[in-house]
Amino acid sequence: MKAPDFAYARPASLDEALALLAAHGEDAVPLAGGQSLVTALNMRLSAPGLLVDLNAIPGLAGVSEADGVVRIGAMTRHRDVGAAPVVRARLPLLAAALPHIAHPAIRNRGTIGGSVALADPATEWPACCLALGATVVVRGPEAERRIAAEEFFLGLYTTALEPGEIVTAVEIPLPPADAVWGFEELARRHGDYALAGLAATARRSGGGLTAVRLAFFGVGDRPVLARAAAAAIEAGDVQAAQAALADELDPPGDPAMRAATRLHLARVILGRVAGTLLAGASMAGASMAGDGDGA
Amino acid sequence: MSADASGLTFLDRPNSYIGRSVPRPNARRLLEGRGVYVDDVPAARLGHVAFLRSPHAHARLLSVETAEAKGMPGVLAVVTGAELAAICTPWVGVLGHFKGLRSAPQHALAIDRVTWVGEPFCAVVARSRAEAEDALAAIAVEFDPLPAVVDMETALDPGTPPIHAELGDNLAFERSLDVGDVDAAFRDAALVVEETFQFGRHTGVCLEPRAILADWAAADGLLTVHHSFQAPHMMQDILCKHLALPEGAVRVICKDVGGSFGIKVHIYPDEMATCALALMLKRPVKFVADRLESFQSDIHARDHRVTARMAFSAEGDILALDMDDLTGIGPYSVYPRTSAVEANQVVNLTGGPYRHRHYRARARVVLQNKAPTCQYRAVGHPIATMVAEGLVDLGASRLGLDPLAMRERNVIPDDAYPCAGVSGIKLEKLSHQAALAKLKAMMGYDALRAEQASLRAQGIHRGIGLAAFIEITNPSAAFYGVGGARISSQDGCTIRLDPQGGVVAAISVTEQGQGTEGIIAQIVATAVGVPMEKVRVISGDTQATPYGGGTWASRGAGIGGEAAWQAGKALRANVVAVAGAILQADPASLDLRDGAVVDAESGTERMPLSELGRIVYFRSDTLPPGVQPEFVATRHYVPKDYPFAFTNGVQASYVEVDVQTGFVRLLKHWCVEDCGTVLNPLLVDEQIRGGIVQGIGGALFEHCLYDAEGQLLNGSMADYLVPMAGEMPDIEVAHVVSPTTSSEIGAKGAGEAGTAGAPAAVVNAINDALRPLDARVSRQPVTPEVVLEALGLV
Repeated sequence: MKAPDFAYARPASLDEALALLAAHGEDAVPLAGGQSLVTALNMRLSAPGLLVDLNAIPGLAGVSEADGVVRIGAMTRHRDVGAAPVVRARLPLLAAALPHIAHPAIRNRGTIGGSVALADPATEWPACCLALGATVVVRGPEAERRIAAEEFFLGLYTTALEPGEIVTAVEIPLPPADAVWGFEELARRHGDYALAGLAATARRSGGGLTAVRLAFFGVGDRPVLARAAAAAIEAGDVQAAQAALADELDPPGDPAMRAATRLHLARVILGRVAGTLLAGASMAGASMAGDGDGA
Repeated sequence: MSADASGLTFLDRPNSYIGRSVPRPNARRLLEGRGVYVDDVPAARLGHVAFLRSPHAHARLLSVETAEAKGMPGVLAVVTGAELAAICTPWVGVLGHFKGLRSAPQHALAIDRVTWVGEPFCAVVARSRAEAEDALAAIAVEFDPLPAVVDMETALDPGTPPIHAELGDNLAFERSLDVGDVDAAFRDAALVVEETFQFGRHTGVCLEPRAILADWAAADGLLTVHHSFQAPHMMQDILCKHLALPEGAVRVICKDVGGSFGIKVHIYPDEMATCALALMLKRPVKFVADRLESFQSDIHARDHRVTARMAFSAEGDILALDMDDLTGIGPYSVYPRTSAVEANQVVNLTGGPYRHRHYRARARVVLQNKAPTCQYRAVGHPIATMVAEGLVDLGASRLGLDPLAMRERNVIPDDAYPCAGVSGIKLEKLSHQAALAKLKAMMGYDALRAEQASLRAQGIHRGIGLAAFIEITNPSAAFYGVGGARISSQDGCTIRLDPQGGVVAAISVTEQGQGTEGIIAQIVATAVGVPMEKVRVISGDTQATPYGGGTWASRGAGIGGEAAWQAGKALRANVVAVAGAILQADPASLDLRDGAVVDAESGTERMPLSELGRIVYFRSDTLPPGVQPEFVATRHYVPKDYPFAFTNGVQASYVEVDVQTGFVRLLKHWCVEDCGTVLNPLLVDEQIRGGIVQGIGGALFEHCLYDAEGQLLNGSMADYLVPMAGEMPDIEVAHVVSPTTSSEIGAKGAGEAGTAGAPAAVVNAINDALRPLDARVSRQPVTPEVVLEALGLV
């Protein structure tokens, strides 16, 4: 299929982009990396009158660190997120998630801001944002808003973004020295959307774990923080954590897999990630600052 | 393999390219992006057609309102089924040798009724595809939904309405075979195993989708059709018939074709409609299927359920096989090859490697409201192989025998040929024993079993799966011609020698990316006696090549190759005769080697071909009286000794099953096969590897999923999972060589062996891994969910 006709604008500043979105209302859609939007256009699932291309706006891409926070510009390509030295050194969870995002051509083009704004529940960055306690920075015609990841992802392709707002950055607090992390994803083929995925962070605490955050993806209409399971992990009971998922996750059934099977897979990867976290907790030097696989 | 006048055979001519991994001449052009696929063909005044396709599995068309669409920007025409039927007559996909096969007349655009989701019923031609699609959205259609026949298991129930009322029920074809005394064999058996196998409906996904550009030049009275297709002469004949044109009025050109796998050898309604629209509008019209409509409208295949049992002696002899196959083929048998072939092949091939003499099979082919199915790479073979090999493994495990030893015990011995298989198939020369021996050594079978056992003790579940198979190649007229299909089983090659010693070979078999033109160039260079770089090959043009069948059923190398060999030999004889007259030498004492006339005995050069060409073409006045050079030769070839050249082989798969997630990791795959003479080891091995990957696709990934209403649920590349490189194992390939004596080159086909055996090898390996856990899978594709269900975990 071919996309229906649309108009195209390539503003040179964020203010200009915001003005275009304000002027055209719901008929205008921002274009970031285009890896989902262009497909939707070609399949005629989306037919906006105007594409507002964000690629010429200076200052929207790049990774920087200041005051204990890593700021990732919205137009930073997936690949550049994972390759940034500060990410590799201090946010290895993101670096570990990167290879699971589709394929190299898509990672070179797609952006973290686009991924967060689209909020596909089976993708990696939204779950990582939840696990890391990220803040999503958005700009509207009036002002900037800062939204905690936990308040940002509201449902299937639904976020706290208001009409006319653009995601400008994702900010992630630097993990403390005693932080550990884990990541697991099950997909049929390398780069496919997750059947079940889990991004997890925690802090070592006397041979055990505290501050456990378990962000599941691919098993609901949005990335899900499994709080009861996290509490069970903190209590050292992995089986109880796996059992708790029955109440915390409500995975969709689809033609490829029944809901019960997805729940089973979520439990399996929880067991594996819990093993990683607990191994990290019992090992000195295995922390967020490390560059291993989390353990 | 006969020696020619110079005393040299096909393989040992001094400049032979046979058996060498020479690169194919067209590879560089394609890699440089200079291929000419249908969408690359320029045409002035081009109209782009898009089709309105049924959103219902079965519905009456009450009204199709096109007035608004006709007024949309860029729209050249909006044409309904009834309007198109004035130009293009309907067809029925039946053949005489499938007795009882029934189908209903099918139109290029459905008229009163749509019968599957994706069936085209209205066409928009516009200046661009986007404008055509805009106009599609403006067509108002009123449907009256009808009950859909979706589940093949209930398609024959008395309560299920027939899709075509005039047929009375949904049974399209039934075949039964009963050989020997099956009941007695089962009664006396020490062990009987039974299994129901399910094969998911899947399709071939070509890099280049189906595409066709038709241009009616009224002044020339010529319809030129650029087509992404495998059988140009068949298409020419069918276009003539249904568009009421004489043979000379249709030229079909299949230039570069980006993959086919059997998908592009059938008559598709949208492609016929495109040609009819070109006639109607008197301008070029192009249709390029997009990926979404490909999944709905390309032929599907493999939708089978087989219940089968096998009888064994206590020592492990296979005594008898009894099977019942049910397959759903969509609402029409596909024209002109029919949709009865896959089930028919399953009956012919199941258990084919083995020497049991009692065999009963029934196949029923039913109509349903899903996309039509038809021949796709290795037609029926993966089903036949899975059924027999699954039962052999089950028997071996119950009897406590090694699965490889079980096969060694039961295959038809290599010294038994020629003979007939239990289904009646005629087998010239197969090599199961040699292939098994080679496989055992190549894969280090005993060491692998030891490794498997030690890893099992550590809770790692690995499995080894084997699959012996036979493959139908080099089909004679027995395949289609005897049934009344106007599909040539004969192919031809015309070779011309030009003045500078260049050679142009026009061949009627076709190239879809597998290297046909490379093989032909190798053979022509060898046969004529010129360097391969002097050879240009023309294929895929009904106006420029001899008449022939094209490429399908693994026939390009074996049939087209023999025609090229014979034509090359004939041209060499012509050239040597003229050279003899000029050199005043006995032609029998001369030969052509590496682009020069040489003394056959000593190899001493007597005259370069460029000098001979200069004399013949430009100074014919100096030729001796009575000498008329014929530097063009044509030969044709059709297999006659056997209906098909069967090949054989055996594959093995080594997998690891994650028994928590149900994921299967493919660790290694091996294939030993016997395609007779190996013309180009590189191309043959890559055919085998590609075929294996396609077979793995069916075994683990690919599945066209329909819901209970007949809606296709996963028609895109995001959710229809083709096998990708990241998940594929290393594949080792080796050969046993048993040339066919039906031809001088001795080559049989190699295009489908990989696909024939891979699914059974992989599924048997999974079951081998699961055996200690008392779990077993028999439904393809084997998804993680299938494994977890077998393990009782979900």
